Order: sequence, then structure tokens, then C-alpha cells
Amino acid sequence: MNRRLILLLLAALALAVPLSLLAGRVWINPFVPHTQNAALILMQLRLPRAVLALVLGAGLGAAGAAMQGFLRNPLADPGLFGIAPGAALGAVLSFWTGYAATPWVLPLFALAGAGGAMGLLALIAGREGGIALFTLSGLMLSSLTGALMSLAISLSPTPFAMSEIVTWLMGAVADRSWREVWIAAPFTLAGIGVLIAAGRSLDALALGEAAARSLGVDPRQLQALMIFGIGLTVGASVAVAGIISFVGLMVPHMVRPLTDRRPSSLIVPSALAGALLLLAADCLCRVMPLRGGELRLGIALALLGAPFFLRLLLRMRRGLI
Amino acid sequence: MSLQTLDLGVDARIAGLTLTFHLGEVTAICGPNGAGKSTLLSCLAGLVPPDTGHIAFGGKPMESLRHDVRARAIGYLPQSPEVAWDLSVEVLVALGRLPWRNAGRGEAQAAVDEAIAAMDLDAFRHRRVSQLSGGERARALMARVLATEPSWLLADEPLASLDLAHAASLVRRFREQSDLGRGVVLVLHDLAMAMNHADRVIVLDKGSLAADGAPEFALGSEVVERVWGCPARWVGEPGARALSVG
Repeated sequence: MNRRLILLLLAALALAVPLSLLAGRVWINPFVPHTQNAALILMQLRLPRAVLALVLGAGLGAAGAAMQGFLRNPLADPGLFGIAPGAALGAVLSFWTGYAATPWVLPLFALAGAGGAMGLLALIAGREGGIALFTLSGLMLSSLTGALMSLAISLSPTPFAMSEIVTWLMGAVADRSWREVWIAAPFTLAGIGVLIAAGRSLDALALGEAAARSLGVDPRQLQALMIFGIGLTVGASVAVAGIISFVGLMVPHMVRPLTDRRPSSLIVPSALAGALLLLAADCLCRVMPLRGGELRLGIALALLGAPFFLRLLLRMRRGLI
Repeated sequence: MSLQTLDLGVDARIAGLTLTFHLGEVTAICGPNGAGKSTLLSCLAGLVPPDTGHIAFGGKPMESLRHDVRARAIGYLPQSPEVAWDLSVEVLVALGRLPWRNAGRGEAQAAVDEAIAAMDLDAFRHRRVSQLSGGERARALMARVLATEPSWLLADEPLASLDLAHAASLVRRFREQSDLGRGVVLVLHDLAMAMNHADRVIVLDKGSLAADGAPEFALGSEVVERVWGCPARWVGEPGARALSVG
């Protein structure tokens, strides 16, 4: 069942990527080969942007699936519960200290921020903490990092740094180049690899922590894998594109009914579906007529994700999840 | 590896206790609330180290066993087990194969099929956990433990929240497993179940051993009165006894 789903998603991606390259302010008609600057637009603007959307979507989708499995909580999302804000705080600190211009400093700060936030969340809420404790800890972490970010922004040394931080925080893959792809791709792929490696332990954890341990799972090792894997994927995404929420929440829910529902069966399909979702959402942002520029990807997904979250909550209230 | 005995050393809470468990035997651990039954079972499952003393497994210290080796030998069903996702029975049971990382697919499927058959779940194989009754769910969770093909089955109050018929059917299946040569250790609240279906009963009281032996001795009226603090009398024939309290 899983193999068929993966093939289906790969086929959808194979169809979506070329289509996404054609869409934008300048529509490129593949049957009319003489669009002005077509090669330049494709290779320097749209292709890196599409690849970046694929990479980040894959990372966020996989991170969401793994996080839901780890916390046994269908509402878990790295963007909502403090992990992405933690990464953003790390990145903001790198802007603030002025080291952001030095290559690799911003991504490293973001990775450390994401890993630190994930570690803190696991420490406070634990895996036995229940949905309420976890949600509250995540919200607390989110508002704490939000407050610290605002503090950093209000104390930012120059107005230039301030506007740089604010624009970047909104989350987008617009105007990104191959440089961002090369920063994000290795970390994201490594992170997805770590999360896939944690799959069997996440499956065992579906039976509760005691049963998982009796099945040979080492909880400390699993926690380290999760902090590492989620830190890498979410940190890399925040480092190059700011905060993009809700991908990690929505994608596993869309994919889960099509799998056998084990967390391990969810990670790769969630990565592929996340890539597809982010690519499609970015395309939509690009073609949507909006005065004064284009819709920011982070904002578009939040507009899409919030009603989705509400629907999940209502379904949970009726005991359907 | 020899798995003939599971020795429990001295635990600070379970003072002066030295117990040896045997394969092919159903052992019930009984005692009032807070007696240390679940702690003892967790120690035996290798999940919690005893405060002091040691637990030997097949002659080796429990803590020296690799996680996967221990997991393949000792199946453990926790008290009020949960299933976080709405898995199908077959997928749930197959989770029991996780400790067998390198086993072949055919072997794994055979073990899962056998566990499903042993718990009489063939008709529910593709049903989701949320659609099972309490008794079916308990059997599915037990099948998950059996799919590991462990030498030992440890279960913490497996009959809690089961009605009379389902409890009796699950107890019968534990007996079948012990007849197959597995060691079965159950924490039981229901003294009549322990009296009628266990080969051996260990009674704990406030962390110390109150009695250990065949059910008619370990659960004798005077032991029940001393440990549970209420006068009680067994009525009926051996194998179908009931406890009359008060």
C-alpha cells in the first residue's frame, strides 16, 4: 500500500514541478519557445525556487510526521509548538549580533535554536505528558521565543537589521537562489534520514513508553534522534525561508488514512506530500494578483492551516481521531 | 542461551525477597494496592532496575543484556495499554516483531499469523483497534506480545476492565501458552482467578513477601485476612473456587 502511495506522490511531483516552472508573473508557454529571457527566468529564478520549496516541504512534512509519532499527538507541528520559532530566535540572534553575513552562521544558529527548542519541549512535556500539557508547553515555548524575538528586534542595532529580520520572519521562498538550496538541502536530507532511522522506534512508541521499552527501544537514543532530525529539518527550513507553519500539521493528516497508520509508514509519504504542498502553495502565491508584490508563503500557509487546525480540533472533540 | 530461570534478587522495597520463576508455569502476583506488584513486574521485564540487589536472567545480570536480546525473550504487557494510532489488528500485532530486526519477512508473517490465530482474532485481522470491543482489544494487545515469540509473558493486570467471559477466555489462553513451555507471570487483582488458574501465587504486602507457593497455601484464608485485612473464606470445589468475604 505504501509503495503505491509513494509512486503516486512521485508521479504527482513529476507533473507538478514542470508546471510550476511555467507559472508566474511571466507565463512561459512551452510551445512558443521565444518568450523573452525564458532561460534566465527558469534557471535563475524559478528552478532554484521550486527546488527549495520541494526541499523545505519535504523536511517540514517529515518533521511533522515524526513529531506526531514521537509525541503521540495528532496536533503536533514543529511550526506551531515552538520548534520553528526556536530556530527563528537562533537566526534572529545571528542577525542581531551581525554575524549573519558570515556564511553558515545563520543556518547554524537556526539549527541550534530548533534542536534546543525540541529538547526543551521534550523535557517539559515529556512523552507521557498528554495532549493538554504538551500543547500548553508548546504555546509557552512559542510565546517565550516570540517575546525574545521581539526584544531582539526592538533592540536591533540598526534600522536595516530590523527590517531585514521582519521581512525574513514572514517566511518565503521568493528571491532565493541556488545558494539557499545548497545550504538547506544537505541538512534537510540528513534530517529526513535521521527521522527515517527513528521510524521503528516511533512505531513501538505507539504502544506507550513502557511497552516500547519492553520492545527494545532506548528512549534516550530515540529522543536524541528526534532532537537531531527535527533540529536539522526545521532549522534548515527556517534558516533559508523563515517560519513556514502548518505544513507539518496538515500533511501527515492528509497522508495517514492512505497508509497503515504506523508512524514509520508516514515519514516518506509525508516528505513527498509536504514537497508537493509547498510547491503548489508557492505557485499559488506567485500567480495570485496582489497589489504591492506577492503573497508571502508563510502567510498563505497560515491562512490555509488555521481552519484546518480548527477542523481537526472539532473532529477530536467528536472523538473521530 | 538458557532461559530456564528468571531470578529476582533482593530489592530494597521487596525486602528479603529471592524468587525464581520457571518456564511452563503460570505465576500470579497478588497483593493489596501499593504492595509493589507492578514494580516487581517492571523489574522482571528489565524496565526498571531494582533499588538494590539484582535480577538474573538465564544466569546473567539483567542489565548486561542487550535491549533487543531482552526484548526477544521477555514479552511485557503494561497495565491499561494504549494504542496511539488507529492501527488495524494485523499491523498492531506485527509491532511485536520489532525486536527481530534481521528476521525474514516470511518468518515474521508466520509469527504474526500464529499469534492472531492463538488469540482467535482471524475474523478481526483487518479491523481497526477503535472498532474492537474491550475483550477483542485485550486479545489483540496480547497477540502483539505473542508475535515476539518470547519465552516469558509478563502482563500487568491483563484482566482488568474485562467482563467475566472475556477474562475467562484470556486466562485460558495464558494457560495454553504456559502449556507450550512459556513462563507466564501475571499481576492479578482477582484472587479467585489466581486461586483457580495459577500454578503458583506470590503474595506481596507493603513491599515484602507475604506468601509464595501453590495457590491453596499462598492464598489461604489466614493469608487473605492478614494481608487484605478482611475475613474471607474459600467456597466451592478446587478449580472453581469463589471467595466469600466478610
